[in-house]
Amino acid sequence: MKPELNGRNVALAMAFAALVSLPFWVSGTYYINVSSQILFYAIFALGLNVLVGYGGLVSLGHAGLFGIAAYATGYFLQAGFPHSAAILLALVVGIASTAVFAFLALRATGIGFIMITLALGQIIWGLAYRWISLTGGDNGITLHGRPAPFGLDLGSASAFYYTTFIIFLIAVVACAILAGSPFGAAIKGTRDQPRRMNALGYHVWAIRFWACLLSGLLTCVAGILFVYYNQFISPQTAALTASAEVLLMVIAGGPATLLGPIVGAALVVIVKNVVSGYIERWNFLLGAIFVAIVILMPEGLVPGTVRLWRGGLRAFRRRRGIVLAQSAEPKP
Amino acid sequence: MATDATPNASSESALPALELKGLSKSFGGLHAVRGVTFKLMPGDRKAIIGPNGAGKTTLFNLITGIFPSSSGQVLLYGRDVTAWSSHRRTALGMARTFQVTHLFPKLTVLDNVLLAIKGLRPSKYVMWRFMSSYPDVYEKAHGLLERAQFMDRKDTEVRFLSHGEQRQLEIVLGLASDPKILLLDEPAAGLSSGESVEMSEFLQGLDPKLAILLIEHDMDVVFDVASNISVLHFGEMLESGPAEQIRQSAKVREIYLGTE
Repeated sequence: MKPELNGRNVALAMAFAALVSLPFWVSGTYYINVSSQILFYAIFALGLNVLVGYGGLVSLGHAGLFGIAAYATGYFLQAGFPHSAAILLALVVGIASTAVFAFLALRATGIGFIMITLALGQIIWGLAYRWISLTGGDNGITLHGRPAPFGLDLGSASAFYYTTFIIFLIAVVACAILAGSPFGAAIKGTRDQPRRMNALGYHVWAIRFWACLLSGLLTCVAGILFVYYNQFISPQTAALTASAEVLLMVIAGGPATLLGPIVGAALVVIVKNVVSGYIERWNFLLGAIFVAIVILMPEGLVPGTVRLWRGGLRAFRRRRGIVLAQSAEPKP
Repeated sequence: MATDATPNASSESALPALELKGLSKSFGGLHAVRGVTFKLMPGDRKAIIGPNGAGKTTLFNLITGIFPSSSGQVLLYGRDVTAWSSHRRTALGMARTFQVTHLFPKLTVLDNVLLAIKGLRPSKYVMWRFMSSYPDVYEKAHGLLERAQFMDRKDTEVRFLSHGEQRQLEIVLGLASDPKILLLDEPAAGLSSGESVEMSEFLQGLDPKLAILLIEHDMDVVFDVASNISVLHFGEMLESGPAEQIRQSAKVREIYLGTE
């Protein structure tokens, strides 16, 4: 395929260039750190989007999976494992937990699926609080330093930013390929017409199970980045509010799109971190923004903006056409 | 299609494509289907008629494995598939359409067909390659659409098609898996009389080797397409026979066609 020079690709190339050069034009480590946060929350939202957007299965327990991966990393590091082993083990634990989650939750779809994932998420949160010997309870687990792969110390803000950026890029490309692949088409098919998919020879349950696992993989990767970013993990990470937040990122940005969850993650992280410095009631502001999105563009920010932009462009052309036609009319 | 030629094709043709032996289904105290025994040979065109609530769609759901049967057997080419799930039965050459249209309304006609063709290929779960990197699937989709005369509308989203076109596409999706048995659940439901005629012609134009079992209320379509008709009444097979015999049968007239 030959890359076309259209508005969309130019915008994407500019966004890419802006993200690559971000540490050079953003002043201060604070904003670089906020950018890192946006990127790993974007990975989290992309993961949830596989399930919510493409699979049509709304999960309210994803912060539980995110928390499991983060806690597992912290736990294994505390137990004296090296970083690489701790990360690998955390991924294994996280994906195994996702499989258990999926196995239990996929007994239902729709509201049933939401309620089961909600309950499972709350169980994880409760365990994080009460299983003090494993999780440190309210005190959480504190990490001592970030890894230094290939002698590159990730302690600095920009080094961590670039690491997150590379993983983010891999996640975006993987999601783009997934969405265009036969399996991606199958997931979307089970969302729209499960009975027809069954009649066509697809194993609907297996497709949904794999969608859960892929979603869980991205969630766990984001969870590990999160714990290394904060170098601390507490039960708050696995709470229901965190699950709701990432779901809002997906829904606000535009489910079943590639850019939607990224834009949603940027919106929530910026309001939460930057705007909260100026407005005390930032939660109220976030709520107001969501209400506005739901009213003005119920399909989400990215598809909504595209729709309004195209509509505006058409209206502009039409008006210009009228003006031209009027000026072309012979004057009496 | 040449790729479908199996070495034991001749021995297969001696077996009934589909056989039901004493198939029953009850929902609590309601006996929806009672002891239905039925044979469909390769190339047969049979129809099941019966008043509303006779158990026709339930029978289809038993054949396709959507519901487990209470007792009795379903055999595909002599193989007992009673305990099989529906996607495995599809893999053995059974395809169905639905009474209520079950298409993917937001996908284009072509994407609907692509999804249907992929359904029986092992590569349907591939997640690291684009769908567009399978030219053979596209070729086949174009062939199917060509034969069904849908080529001019291949990039139209399905929700913009007329009801009649959607009913036809429903059958094209069923054909995408190269079935040997096609189960049609009221293909002419909701069609105007003109569209029904088109549907009859469309069905008569299908591969003569394909076994078709049809449920239909539109008697014109039934008599046009099916050579053999069975009457289902309160879950029981009341009478089976050539179309002409059923048309003449006093009993059938009484319960179904109405006494004049």
